[in-house]
Amino acid sequence: MILGKVIGTVWSTRKDENLVGAKFLIVRHIDLEYKPKEATVIAVDSVGAGVGEIVIVAQGSSARQTTFTKNKPVDAVIMAIVDKLDISIKEKQKETVVL
Amino acid sequence: MQLGKIIGTIWATRKYEAVTGYKMQFVQPINSEGKNIGEPIIALDTVGAGTGEIIYYVTASEAVIPLDVDMAPVDASIVGIVDSINLES
Repeated sequence: MILGKVIGTVWSTRKDENLVGAKFLIVRHIDLEYKPKEATVIAVDSVGAGVGEIVIVAQGSSARQTTFTKNKPVDAVIMAIVDKLDISIKEKQKETVVL
Repeated sequence: MQLGKIIGTIWATRKYEAVTGYKMQFVQPINSEGKNIGEPIIALDTVGAGTGEIIYYVTASEAVIPLDVDMAPVDASIVGIVDSINLES
C-alpha cells in the first residue's frame, strides 16, 4: 500500500455502469514526512475519507477485494485513514543493515 | 517475495472492516546485501514483527491469502521474520 493525501474529488456522469455510486478521490502520493510527491492517483473510497485526510491506498488487483469493488474495473482503493505515523528515524536513515 | 526492513508503524482507527485487528507497518525494501531499494511501502503484519526487524513480504492479490478473511483490500503482507541469510558468493 502507499501513503497519500486526499486533495480533491472527481465527478463523472458518463462512466462504466459498474462504477455508478462510487466515490472517486484524487490522492497525491506523500513521503514519510507528509511532503507531497509528483504522482497522483484516482482511488475509490471504502472508508469514508474526505479532502485533506492522510490515507492508505491499496493498488492493483487487491483493489477489487472489497464488497463494493468486487469484479469492478477499479485498480486503487482507499482502505484506511491515518491517525499517526510512528517512524523510527534512526532506522530510516540507515542505508544498509547488517544481515 | 521481497526482503524488507520495518522502519515504523501506522496508527489508523478508521480502516476497512476486514483488516481490523491487523497492524500496518512501514517496510523499506532491501536487497540480499541489506541495501535499501526504492521507496518504503505499507504492509499488513500477519506475523507480529516489530520495528527494526528484517522480514519478507508478499505483494499483489496474494497478500490477501495469509489473512483470516476471504476478501480485503490489501496489496502487501508481511509473512515471515528473517533469522539469518546465507549467501554463497
